[in-house]
Amino acid sequence: MLWILITLLALGALGFVLGRQRAVASAGGDTRVLHSLPVYYGTNVTLLTLVPALLVLGVWLMAQPIVIDRMVSAQLPDSYVAEAASRDLLMTEIRRLADGIDTAVERGAFNGLDALNLSVGDDIRRQLADAGVALGADVSPEVLQAAQSFREMSGAGRTWMTVAVFALALAGLAYAYLRTTKDLRARNRVEHMILGVLMLASTLAILTTVGIVLSMLWDTRNFFQLYPWQDFFFGLEWRPSFEGNSELGLIPLLWGTLYISLIALLVAVPIGLFAAIFMAEYATRRVRSVAKPLIEVLAGIPTIVYGLFALITVGPMLRDYFAAPLGLGNSSSSVMTAGIVMGIMLIPFVSSLSDDIINAVPQSLRDGSYGLGATQSETVKQVVLPAALPGIVGAVLLAASRAIGETMIVVLGAGAAARLDLNPFEAMTTVTVKIVGQLTGDTDFSSPEALVAFALGLTLFVITLGLNIFALYIVRKYREQYE
Amino acid sequence: MTDMPISTAPKRSLFAADARTVRRNRAERRFRAYGMAAVGVGILALIVLLVSILGNGLSSFRQTYVSFPIELTAERVDPDGNRDPGEMARVTTFGYLPLLAAAFEAHLDAEGIETDMGVRELAAMLSEEAPAQIRGMVLANPDLVGQTIDAQILMGGRIDGFFKGRVTMESAERDSNVTPAQLELAQILADRGAVETRFNWDFITAPDASGSRPEAAGLGVAIIGSFYMMLVVLVLALPIGVAASIYLEEFAPKNRLTDLIEVNISNLAAVPSIVFGILGLAVFINFMEFNQSSPLVGGLVLTLMTLPTIIIATRASLRAVPPSIRQAALGLGASKTQSIFHHVLPLAAPGILTGTIIGLAQALGETAPLLLIGMVAFVREYPDLMSVHSNSFPLMGDGATALPVQVYSWTQRSDPAFVERASGAIIVLLVFLLCMNLIAILLRRRFERRW
Repeated sequence: MLWILITLLALGALGFVLGRQRAVASAGGDTRVLHSLPVYYGTNVTLLTLVPALLVLGVWLMAQPIVIDRMVSAQLPDSYVAEAASRDLLMTEIRRLADGIDTAVERGAFNGLDALNLSVGDDIRRQLADAGVALGADVSPEVLQAAQSFREMSGAGRTWMTVAVFALALAGLAYAYLRTTKDLRARNRVEHMILGVLMLASTLAILTTVGIVLSMLWDTRNFFQLYPWQDFFFGLEWRPSFEGNSELGLIPLLWGTLYISLIALLVAVPIGLFAAIFMAEYATRRVRSVAKPLIEVLAGIPTIVYGLFALITVGPMLRDYFAAPLGLGNSSSSVMTAGIVMGIMLIPFVSSLSDDIINAVPQSLRDGSYGLGATQSETVKQVVLPAALPGIVGAVLLAASRAIGETMIVVLGAGAAARLDLNPFEAMTTVTVKIVGQLTGDTDFSSPEALVAFALGLTLFVITLGLNIFALYIVRKYREQYE
Repeated sequence: MTDMPISTAPKRSLFAADARTVRRNRAERRFRAYGMAAVGVGILALIVLLVSILGNGLSSFRQTYVSFPIELTAERVDPDGNRDPGEMARVTTFGYLPLLAAAFEAHLDAEGIETDMGVRELAAMLSEEAPAQIRGMVLANPDLVGQTIDAQILMGGRIDGFFKGRVTMESAERDSNVTPAQLELAQILADRGAVETRFNWDFITAPDASGSRPEAAGLGVAIIGSFYMMLVVLVLALPIGVAASIYLEEFAPKNRLTDLIEVNISNLAAVPSIVFGILGLAVFINFMEFNQSSPLVGGLVLTLMTLPTIIIATRASLRAVPPSIRQAALGLGASKTQSIFHHVLPLAAPGILTGTIIGLAQALGETAPLLLIGMVAFVREYPDLMSVHSNSFPLMGDGATALPVQVYSWTQRSDPAFVERASGAIIVLLVFLLCMNLIAILLRRRFERRW
């Protein structure tokens, strides 16, 4: 793989030198006669050599495993597939065997010819184990045959890929080289290609979104084929079990998520807002230059740190000083723990957004208020805040969307028990905790217990996206008012 | 006194405030105090957070060792007697355990320390990792066979905890993993200077250890894994992000498509990170069948997450370059592309770099998406830059783990000593983040230009 890339790059470099030389030569050594600077002629050849070849290489690398999988899978006799647990598992086994043989050949355990003539009688599992490759089960003749044709096709595919990529690169090189004359508008061509690359890069954002939506939609659809959607959206119980008959209701998870987010906002909004007012209206330059960065440090701390803080400090403290004496429970992970720590995390988020918004309120409004005899706090309460209100609401909504999508704090601080309860000192769980729970470890992606995570993810995505769009809309609309 | 019209208004003095003014002034002061309190609470929270992490974690940088002579008898470690490391490797760590235990007991005898503990109980004071360390030493240097070496042996997690104040005599009575007698013996050894608690490089360089030997667990693999992932993010996200920003900021016509892209980018920046994990799982692992938990997949997921941050920062710094620069370049006959690549981009570079470093710092601390692509697996091998398979990309083969994920896995283990380790790992993570942010701030200070 790597040597293909290196050779391609070398070809590109060669193209640069050749193209430049040819252009200069066609101008008789006088670069002033050229249409473009000599560099552009070289770059033109390099780009034509590399770009198509690299594109083909990338597409081929992605498509080849999928195509070969299909073909090998089609070769398997249906009767054999019916005996095995599932086609997917069988394919995994085949791939592992094929990989194992390749590795063994590479490590010199047996040579390429032996590898082709392996038969079931040879006790392949032991032979591979000697070569340092562990197989899960003994090899059946069908699997061996499929694995061999898998290897054969992969090898052929790789050969053809190399041929195609180099043919393309050489063709590009030759074409561009032959076209190079002193009158070639090399700069315009290069600039067009650069523009194309820039455009391609900017569409990646859209591709990511499309990827997110499609991947989740696809698996959510699979989930709803196995599990009725009414039970998912309106179910009051969350009780996954691996024997089947799981109850996968969204409501308790959503309740936990919203409850924790509410507590987080109750902590973050007053503190963040007052901090922003203080910084924007009262603080001297010096206080501001110290306090603002300190608070913003809170925003730069990774959430796993807050999670650990909740787990080892806040949780036990709340349990020992509040929950246990009040008789409200004795669990150190609780809604309160996660909510308070998440609130701390959101303080800088609310405060810096609100700070910007309060600063955007025109000074003339304040001056008018002072002129009428209002004190500073009266001005803030009756003039500045009402004027900034839409923006602040937007900031709070953005904070809420953060809180809903937050993962590590709730994974470590909120607990794993799904329940509908009002007691904030009880452990509850959230959508994100369950996504992590259902998708970590060994998962079988054909069971509703694993697929439900995609439905949860989609729900989360839709909720946060809605909040974000609404918040950005409000903030943007408000900004226009005073500009 | 002159005649004055009798005023109905209450008598006022400029010097004594009336009740209403007093009330208003008090409200003013109260409001101000609320603001100060809010700032105070924020800063206090930061201090408590840091103190809690530092208090719990600093001790993980120190580790307790006991030193005593060990005789590496040839019949034990090299039964074939040919000093060939390949042959000697057949003696597993279980073969070294009796050697170590016997040496420890002999040392106690020689020192004249009396104990009624059996060999088994004595050996339990040492780390389970210790035989493996001796074995590694012997295999690396076969000449040691037959000699008596003076080795520093890692002590068990509980004994280590005793010297750090985490384990006490009372807690030892309730603990099935350690007895007060062992602690007393450890204290005696410490009084004689055989036990030393010193700086623990292994914590930063060694790989992770299993759940029953927290004293040997280190961050080496996780740091390298994180480093590789940051490398992938840097190599992919910086060029793509800059290219996308240049297009959107300098070339893009105002139309529906570019509007869509812009809305998209600002929304992607706010999508919960775990959603990117789901994307990575569905696309890279289930669809493209990349290896689970390989640094490449982790890097790709983090790249997608970091891109919006880099794009937003880059666009801001491109916008900050005044149009006069572009116009001057165009006026001198440069093409639009030339004006941007030769003039605008270099002027915007410090801002772009700052944004990139901040994006990288964000990616370095990200945990949730990595959990979903299988990074929680227990990994002891240092990831290899080139994997074994010739037909795969670099960084695609071996499983890896990352710093924040290592913290998460340690919090999931039952031994309380891992809390110390997790906090220590956080300190390492925070030090990295601090350095990155400092570099970003210095860059900005040094190169930022205001027009």
